[in-house]
Amino acid sequence: MSDPIIAASGLTRRFGDTLAVAELTLEVRRGEVFGFLGHNGAGKTTTVRLLNGVLTPSAGQARVLGLDPMADGPALRRQTGVLTETPSLDERLSARLNLSLYADLYGVPKGEVKPRVEALLKTFELAERADDKVGAFSKGMKQRLALARTVVHQPVLLFLDEPTAALDPVAARQVHEMILHTAREGRTVFMNTHNLVEAQRLCDRVAVMEHGRLVAIGSPHDLARRLVRNLTVEFELAPDSTAQALQVLQQAPGAASAGPRNGVIVVSGAERAAIPDLIALLVGAGVPIYQVAPQEPTLEDVYFALHSETEVKP
Amino acid sequence: MNWRAIWAIMRKDLRVVLQNKGVVLPIILVPVILFVVLPLLVLWLPMATSSAGADNGDLQELLSMVSPGLRAQLEGLDTNAAGAVFFLVYMLAPLFLIVPLMVANVIAADSFVGEKERKTLEALLYTPTTDGELLTGKLLSAWLPALAVSLLGYALYSITANLAAVQLVGKPLFPNLIWTVMVVWVAPAAAAFGLTSMILVSTRAKTFQDAYQTGSLVVLPMVVLLLAQTTGVIYFNIWLTLALGLVLWIVSLALLYYGKRTFHRTELIARL
Ligand SMILES: Nc1ncnc2c1ncn2[C@@H]1O[C@H](COP(=O)(O)OP(=O)(O)OP(=O)(O)O)[C@@H](O)[C@H]1O
Ligand SMILES: [Mg+2]
Repeated sequence: MSDPIIAASGLTRRFGDTLAVAELTLEVRRGEVFGFLGHNGAGKTTTVRLLNGVLTPSAGQARVLGLDPMADGPALRRQTGVLTETPSLDERLSARLNLSLYADLYGVPKGEVKPRVEALLKTFELAERADDKVGAFSKGMKQRLALARTVVHQPVLLFLDEPTAALDPVAARQVHEMILHTAREGRTVFMNTHNLVEAQRLCDRVAVMEHGRLVAIGSPHDLARRLVRNLTVEFELAPDSTAQALQVLQQAPGAASAGPRNGVIVVSGAERAAIPDLIALLVGAGVPIYQVAPQEPTLEDVYFALHSETEVKP
Repeated sequence: MNWRAIWAIMRKDLRVVLQNKGVVLPIILVPVILFVVLPLLVLWLPMATSSAGADNGDLQELLSMVSPGLRAQLEGLDTNAAGAVFFLVYMLAPLFLIVPLMVANVIAADSFVGEKERKTLEALLYTPTTDGELLTGKLLSAWLPALAVSLLGYALYSITANLAAVQLVGKPLFPNLIWTVMVVWVAPAAAAFGLTSMILVSTRAKTFQDAYQTGSLVVLPMVVLLLAQTTGVIYFNIWLTLALGLVLWIVSLALLYYGKRTFHRTELIARL
């Protein structure tokens, strides 16, 4: 359809002997929520810095919103909003002043600063504490304020660096809602995270980074299909045939292990292609089957599948 | 240059800096001591000693050490009057310069290094401001207050010093040519020196305290001038004052040129 909003090719950054980002090539499409996954030190923050023209690449190039981050940094940053890993708020200033100063810095039209700041304070549920110094805020409030500041100039592309890492589940859920809300307004979101549940819930596509290298990219669902070969399948059977079924399943060639749990039999380590054979075996043995439920692999399974693969590689 | 962004950086820095007691205290105390307490001491000391019937031996000895040029300026005045002119016009001149130097230095320490310490620099680097605008905003947020404080200080000093002068010399001493040159030419240069040296310190220092301590070394040249004048090596005539301003401007511009090369967001972010 349209040009990708982010296109990196061979993007590389070294710090001394450390390869923080190694030959990263990827495209992010307009309007998607893109998850950038990786362990500590995988190169996520460095990538965001490179894509915003605040860090010089050692090699390779990128185009973001059709601009070269190094040559057109200011023009690019006018259209991007970056939530940094630490909220980076002026704790000695009020919430309102934090927002209005950044509205000035981002060149929000003068007449719009006030209404926009007030609207953001309301949306992000900070209106009541708008004149309090940020230093006294809870982590969740700080993160909401930092998010509000990130969108004060209505950027088309948002970078969020581990937006929920320091938050409790309730605050994290609030932040998720806000991310989905901004995405629905048509913004593209590039989100660094090592929270796989979060990525699975929010992201259209994810990329997995390992030691600066891209090791997988796709929708969480596709990745699971492609990368997680061993499935877990739950069989709900007639209660009095459990023993017989176990015997059949444990001897079946496609299943790594089978055992009863909470009234069902759980087969794990099954290859996708082996499932029809398992069902046929049970039917052949005369076991009544009420339900067969394959458990969809999660991003977590993908992540660990990838991880064990790269660990084994020389 | 996007002046709205520069102005926003200045407002942000000043609002934040003025909440740091380590900054506000010296900015208030040093001028008060120099511009109010010292002149009053000059007024009070001879009165106290002469009423006690002591002679002015110490003062005479001090005055005998000054340079011949300065001695000519004090010709025909009695010891107390000569002492007052010496202290109020000449001795305090290098001390006066400490004010813009120190104010600019301590604000710049908070704005350049304190910002790093508070971890608020990163978000600023992601804004569309250019490196030049960022630097200009930060420089002005230290330079303009330094000018304001030295102007205010001078106004205050003119009053208290004249109060002492009228008593001891019989006429007001301010305004005069040397001090006018000091205020409009040398003080802005001293402020510039105070803050451009901080750009360099900021590349090393990790905390405001570090930066403040290292930065306070910039007052040393003024202390040297003070000693040189007391021991008769130099005195603050108009030429020396003009030349001092010129030297400070040249050094500041050189420091600015060098500092500007280190002040790139791509370097700053790697040092966060
Ligand atoms: N300014 C720097 N100087 C030296 N090394 C750096 C610098 N910035 C990053 N690195 C190194 O580059 C690698 C990638 O770091 P980066 O911060 O991008 O990782 P990350 O994926 O964001 O990790 P985290 O989850 O911990 O935030 C790490 O090994 C890190 O130590
Ligand atoms: Mg990071």
